Amino acid sequence: MGIIKAKDIVFEYIRRDEEGNVEGITRAVDDVSLDIEKGEFIAILGHNGSGKSTLAKHMNALLYPTEGTLWVDGKDTADAANTWDIRQSAGMVFQNPDNQIIGSIVEEDVGFGPENMGVPTDEIWERVGESLKAVGMYEYRKHSPNRLSGGQKQRVAIAGVVAMHPKCIIMDEPTAMLDPNGRKEVIRAARALNDVEKVTVILITHYMDEVIHADKVFVMDKGKVVMQGTPREIFSRVEELKELRLDVPQVTLLAYELKKAGLHLPDGILNTEELVKELWELS
Amino acid sequence: MIRDITLGQYYQADSPIHKMDPRVKLIGTICYIISLFLFRSLSAYAVATVFLFAVIHISKVPFRFITKGMKSIVILMTITVAFNLFLTPGDILVQFWRLKITRQGVEASGYMILRLTYLIIGSSLMTLTTTPNNLTDGMEKLLKPLSVVKVPVHEVAMMMSIALRFIPILLEETDKIMKAQMARGADFESGNLIQKARNLVPLLVPLFISAFRRANDLAMAMEARCYRGGEGRTKMKPLMYHRRDYCAYGTLFLYLAAIIAAGKWGPF
Amino acid sequence: MGIILNHVSYVYSEETSDEIRALNDVNIKINDGEFIGLIGHTGSGKSTLVQHLNGLLRATSGEIYYNGTDIYEKDYNMKEHRSKVGLVFQYPEHQLFEVDVFTDVCFGPKNLGLTKNEAELRAFDALKQVGLSEEYFYQSPFDLSGGQKRRVAIAGVLAMKPEVLILDEPTAGLDPKGRDEILGLIRKLRDENNISILLVSHSMEDVANYVDRIIVMSKGSVLMDDIPREVFGRYRELEAVGLAAPQVTYIMHALKEKGFAVNPLATTIEEAKDEILKGFVR
Repeated sequence: MGIIKAKDIVFEYIRRDEEGNVEGITRAVDDVSLDIEKGEFIAILGHNGSGKSTLAKHMNALLYPTEGTLWVDGKDTADAANTWDIRQSAGMVFQNPDNQIIGSIVEEDVGFGPENMGVPTDEIWERVGESLKAVGMYEYRKHSPNRLSGGQKQRVAIAGVVAMHPKCIIMDEPTAMLDPNGRKEVIRAARALNDVEKVTVILITHYMDEVIHADKVFVMDKGKVVMQGTPREIFSRVEELKELRLDVPQVTLLAYELKKAGLHLPDGILNTEELVKELWELS
Repeated sequence: MIRDITLGQYYQADSPIHKMDPRVKLIGTICYIISLFLFRSLSAYAVATVFLFAVIHISKVPFRFITKGMKSIVILMTITVAFNLFLTPGDILVQFWRLKITRQGVEASGYMILRLTYLIIGSSLMTLTTTPNNLTDGMEKLLKPLSVVKVPVHEVAMMMSIALRFIPILLEETDKIMKAQMARGADFESGNLIQKARNLVPLLVPLFISAFRRANDLAMAMEARCYRGGEGRTKMKPLMYHRRDYCAYGTLFLYLAAIIAAGKWGPF
Repeated sequence: MGIILNHVSYVYSEETSDEIRALNDVNIKINDGEFIGLIGHTGSGKSTLVQHLNGLLRATSGEIYYNGTDIYEKDYNMKEHRSKVGLVFQYPEHQLFEVDVFTDVCFGPKNLGLTKNEAELRAFDALKQVGLSEEYFYQSPFDLSGGQKRRVAIAGVLAMKPEVLILDEPTAGLDPKGRDEILGLIRKLRDENNISILLVSHSMEDVANYVDRIIVMSKGSVLMDDIPREVFGRYRELEAVGLAAPQVTYIMHALKEKGFAVNPLATTIEEAKDEILKGFVR
C-alpha cells in the first residue's frame, strides 16, 4: 500500500437554503480510487469546482469521506484517533498565502507546527533552520511575513509544513494567487523537496505548465478522476483537456496544431527543445 | 504603505532593555506607574526622573520617538490640567470672573503634568522596546496561574497575537475596498452622520465577509498544522529569566526603596 | 481624445525609511478605442498607475489630461471622471455587498445621481453585456460561482457607461477556460461599445492574443511601449526585469537559431504554425 490510498471514496454535502431547508445534495467527490507511492510527485488537475480541493482536504483529515475509505500512511482517516498522526504525516499548504501564516515573524511561524506537536525547544530551532534552508528562505527568518512577496510567503508556508517532518505534502493550488515569478519559486521549492528530501508531493493546480515534471497526473472533473497517466500521456489528449476547461502548454498546443496540419510529430511534446529537435529531424 | 504600520510602535535596537524578559518590563512598568502616584514631593520626583532617563539612555531609543507618543494625549492633558487648575480650592492667586486660580491648584496641575508625562513615557518605553508578540507571551506567562480557575489564558494570548498579525492585512483590505467602491462612485466623506453611517455599508459588508473568510481559512490552516489548544504544546521561544533579568529586578527594588525613602524623608 | 499622462511621478514616504518613487516620470497617451496591455511584475507600479488614471491617487508631480482637460483643475468633477474612466480592481468580486446581483450593479449608476429607472435600465444592459443569464439577477451575489461573481463585478463598473475601462488582473485565480471566457468578454465589450480598454496583467501569454499595444513597466517607469511583436522581440530585456515573452516567442527564436527559415516575431500559435508550415511546404 502506498502513502495515500483511496478506495471508492465519495463526499457528499447537503445544500441548505436560508431557512435551513434541504435544497439538494452535492457530490463533490464521486467514487475516487487512487494509490500514491512514497516519493512520487503527483499532480491533480481540474478546473475550479471539479472537486480537486475537496479531495485534497480528505488527505489531511480535514474532511472525511461519506462512503469508501482513505488511508494515509496506512491509517484510516475516518478514525478520530488517527487525526493528529495523519495531519503530521500529510502536511497541507493552502491557496491564500496571507491566510495560513500564523506567526508575526517568519521563524515563529515555521515553529508553529512543531510547537503544536510538542517537539522540545532545541529541536524546534533545528527543524526551523533546516526547513527554511530547504525552501531558500533562511535569510528572511527574522522578517515580518507582511513584507514578503506572495511567492516568499508560500515558501514560508511550505517550510512550516516541512518542519513537521511529514512524509507527504499536499499543496492545494499554492500558486493560484501568485505572479509568474512567485509561481516559479514555489514550484522550484516543491520539486527540490521531492528530489532532495524525497518527500511525496501532491500538487493540486490548474496551471498546466506546472505539472510537466510530475511522475503522474490525475485529471478531475465533476468529482471523478477522468484521466490519469504521465504528463506526456495526458497532454497528448488536447481535445479532451479543452472539453474539461483546461488547456495545454503553448508548445504542446503548437505541436498538436502542426500535427493536425500534416507534420509527423509525436504526441505530447512537453518543451521547446523537444519540438525543435523533432522539427529538425523532420526537415 | 499601510502594511508597514507596527502596532505599539516597536523600535528595533540592540539594548539590554530590548533583550530583557517581557515579564520584567511589564512588572517594572506597573511598579513605576504606581510609584508615581505614591508621593507628592519633589525629592521623590527627582528619583523618578533620574531612573526614567537612565532607562531611556540604556534603551537606545531616540528621544523623539518617545515624545511622539505624547502628541496624542495633549488634549487629555490640557483638560486634566484645566480641571486641577481652576477647581482646586485654596489660597487664591489670580481671579477673573468666576475662575479662580489657587496656589494649591498650580501645584496640583504641575504634579499632574509630571505624572501623566512620566506615565506615558514609561509605558511607551515598554512598547517601544518589546515586540507585541513578546508582550503577549509575557502576559500569558504572568497570568498563567489564572488558568487554574478556568480563565482561558492561552487562548486569549493566541487570539491577541493573531489579531496583531491580521490588523495590518485588514487595514490594507479596507483601503482596497474603499477605493474599489469609490471607483463605483461611492462617497465616504460628505453628508450628515446618518448618511455617513449608511454610506459605510458598501465598505463594511465586504470587509466582514472577507474577515470571516480569512478566519475560516486560518482556522483550517491551524488545524492542518496540528493546533489543538495550549495543552501539550511546547514553545519555540520559552520565556526564561537570565542573569540580566534578576539584575533588573534588583534595580527595580532599589528604585522603589529610593523613592519611598525620598518621599518620606526627602528634604523637599 | 483619450488620456494623456505628462511627466507623472508619484512619491510617498514611509515612517521610518526614505521616499519611495512608485511612479517615475511616466509619459503615456491612451487613444480612443485602443486595446492596451499594461504589463509588469508585482511592485512595478502598474497598479499605482491605473489608480492615477481615475483619480484615486493624486500624482506628486506632472499632469493628467482627460479629453483635453487637466483632471487636477480645481473645479474638475472627479466623481464624473471616475464613471468615465472605469476601474475594475483585482478580485473585484470581493467588493460585492448588496442583497442581490441586480441591486449591486445598480450601485454605481445610483451614485451618479441617475433616476431609479435609468439606473435599473443600465444595470440590466450591463448584466446582459457580461453574459449573465436572467435567472441569476435576483440571487445573492455570494451564491454565484467565482467566474459569475467576477462578471457581476465587471457589470457593476460597466453600468456607469465608462469611455475607458481599466481592468486590473481580471483573470487572477480563474481556471484556463474561465480566463479565456473573461478575456473574450473584454474583447467583445470593446468591439460592441467602442471603448478603450487597458488590461493590466503580469502574463504576456494572456494579452498576446488580444491587445493592439503593450506598455511594459518596471520600477515605476515605462520600459517599453509598442506593438506586441516588437515588445516580445526584446524578450531578453523582458527577462531582465522579471517578465517573459510567450512560450511561442522562445520556440520561434530557438528554431531560427537552429537554422530554420522562420520569422521569429510570430506572437500567437496561429502565426507560429503558419510560419513553420511555410518552411515545410516549400
